[in-house]
Amino acid sequence: MHHTTAGPRRSTRLIASAAVASLVLTMSACGSSDDPTKSAEQEKLGKGEALTITTFGEFGYDALIEEWNADHPDIQVQQTKVSLWDDWKNELNTNLQAGSGLPDVVAIEGDFMPALVAAPDRWVDLSSDEVEGRWLDFKEKAATTADGALLGYATDAGPEAICYRADLFAKAGLPTDRAEVAALMTTWDDYFALGEKFVKAVPDTAWYDASGSIAQAMLNQVAFPFEQSDNTVDVENDELRGVYDTVTGYTPTLSTKAAQWGDDWSAGFKNDGFATIPCPGWMRSNIKDNTGDPAPKGVRWDIADVFPGGGGNWGGSYLAVPKSSTHQDEAQEFITWITAPEQQLKIFASLGNFPSQVAALEDAELLKAKDPYFNDAPAGEIFSNRAAAIDVQPYHGPLYSDILGKFQDAINRVDQGTDPKESWDTFLSDVAALQ
Amino acid sequence: MTNPTAPAGDVATATSPADRPPEQDSAGEGSPRNRRLVRRQRRSRWDVKLSPYLYVSPFFVLFAIVGLYPLLYTGYLSLFDWNRAYYVRGDFVGLDNYSFVLTDPVFRKSLVNTFSIFLMSSVPQVVLAVAVAALLDTRLRGRTFWRMSVLLPFVVAPTAAVLIFGSLFADRYGMINQLLGEIGLEPIRWHVDRWWSHFAIAGMVNWRWTGYNALIFLAAMQAVPRDLYEAASLDGAGRIRQFFAVTLPMIRPTMIFVIITSTIGGLQIFTEPRLFDDTPNREGGPDHQYMTSTLYIYVKGIEDQFYGRASAAAWILFLIIVGIALLNFGVTRFLTRRSVS
Repeated sequence: MHHTTAGPRRSTRLIASAAVASLVLTMSACGSSDDPTKSAEQEKLGKGEALTITTFGEFGYDALIEEWNADHPDIQVQQTKVSLWDDWKNELNTNLQAGSGLPDVVAIEGDFMPALVAAPDRWVDLSSDEVEGRWLDFKEKAATTADGALLGYATDAGPEAICYRADLFAKAGLPTDRAEVAALMTTWDDYFALGEKFVKAVPDTAWYDASGSIAQAMLNQVAFPFEQSDNTVDVENDELRGVYDTVTGYTPTLSTKAAQWGDDWSAGFKNDGFATIPCPGWMRSNIKDNTGDPAPKGVRWDIADVFPGGGGNWGGSYLAVPKSSTHQDEAQEFITWITAPEQQLKIFASLGNFPSQVAALEDAELLKAKDPYFNDAPAGEIFSNRAAAIDVQPYHGPLYSDILGKFQDAINRVDQGTDPKESWDTFLSDVAALQ
Repeated sequence: MTNPTAPAGDVATATSPADRPPEQDSAGEGSPRNRRLVRRQRRSRWDVKLSPYLYVSPFFVLFAIVGLYPLLYTGYLSLFDWNRAYYVRGDFVGLDNYSFVLTDPVFRKSLVNTFSIFLMSSVPQVVLAVAVAALLDTRLRGRTFWRMSVLLPFVVAPTAAVLIFGSLFADRYGMINQLLGEIGLEPIRWHVDRWWSHFAIAGMVNWRWTGYNALIFLAAMQAVPRDLYEAASLDGAGRIRQFFAVTLPMIRPTMIFVIITSTIGGLQIFTEPRLFDDTPNREGGPDHQYMTSTLYIYVKGIEDQFYGRASAAAWILFLIIVGIALLNFGVTRFLTRRSVS
């Protein structure tokens, strides 16, 4: 669930950012002298009080929360949805700095988890016998501190496949069958070569949705993208430079040059803007919303059971409980329930967010699931295969999320026509300013 | 010797005619009645002196709490490092944050952007607002309707305005570029070319604020004595001549007020550039093409978590605004004095 923004929710996104905007304008610089290590006194929920949770994008929790509220008259849950992660992250930072204002449960984008792990005193240790070993190993590890405190419950995982427009493939004279397509793009070189063939045949359509998403996809296969294992920042490594050079090298030919999640990016789904898109499970709801459901005449989406260069995980969020919450026990009880396999399977069925729980992954229903919007592709099986193919988990240090933002800016600058060398130098100085 | 004095609140004793001291005791300053008089006079003098301050004090108390305190605290914070992980104040670093901001090319870029957007919005805005006000000041049919409708954009929330302008100014599928394409022109890259992005943002600001300022001007114009116009038209001045010779000089104080407020507002522009940006980071474009100084403060403080640097930048911007306000004041004073003499 990474920046899942879609047409209908566009206005909420703007309103949310306006809220953030007005927040910062009225914000007075007040420091918090609270001892962050001191845990809040636990209180029982009083009458009329609710357990508050803030999510971003679409977690698919509406129906589940209704179900919970019906069963738990004492612990009523109230959800606030912010549309865009980046906006929620800023509000989260503001609240953390103010030392107040956070809800009882906070949704955290996977990339930001290391920042929590680096400052664990603000967050409730959620480890318990009940939840031990529930999650995919790498999901759990990313939320665990050196002393074994578990700071977040993983909501979903983002094993990536490639979603493609079968109708545009046919137009370019490429095979449209998903097995044949998969066989054509097992490596990045194959993928780009196929793209060059495609744009020669259909010059008005780009090969992929955005340079930023390809960069993200390739980054997810780099062991130490921005930081070394001791958390020292190292962005001048060959692998990162390789990703940058490859992506910016194909900018003039294969990319839409649109900024991911922007207006032109969203419009590209409808206007035959591009033919392929790196596709974690949650991306499917974005494709559906942006393309229109039912799809416009002639538009045929499909999913290929492949990811160039192996496997990759993109996104997947966590639920964390800040120590400022006065209802930590209830909060933990609630998130244990909502991240349980049964609930994750329901979300997968309704929205496509792929489970992060081991038990859910082995579920027979999941493996049988097909996605009618994607030409009845066996989505359950495909994404399980993609999850199994993940062999590299990139190291994320506390600055990962911030540096990633600057890196995306660097890629966007090249999209807009800045010289790649110059843009890289700006990136280096941007990263230096973060330290 | 000691004179027992009546308690101040003892009104009955003080005003009792029976107690009235002899009138001839003019030199007797020590007499109880005179002392009471002196006290009362003193009290009323204090009343005259102090009460006005008491009446206006709520503003200043409020200002001290919500204005002055944050200002001073920001100044205090600007001298410290910031612990990004724990969101707490770090070591004292003196003026390091100021030298960081002043040598940061991004900050300089943001200053240029701020001034560019400010000039592109404030100047046409004031000219247009005066023109609209002049038109509204004539005998129109359905005057109230027209006056209400110029205020309409101001009532629209900036977010909604940005939604509208976002679909106008999208680079590829935006309405303006589609229209340009229809007539065979190259699309304008609104989010890429620095000056065009400023133009688009200034457009949003103007759309929102012109009507608001026009109403302020209109109020001032309505207060211009009508016999001045009669006299002018008797002297043979046409409508245009009347506008320049009567209306404009008469609304000068209002003009100064609008110019100063729109200068301050223009230098603090934030919402429009932030929402105009549709890249995930919203730092005023990937190359900071339209990052304004307030946006810089926001990015440094909230996104990058360097409150010290953000505070330093805020103070620098504050000093710049004070400087410009003083300059504004000086120039207008010079101009008014010249026109009086």
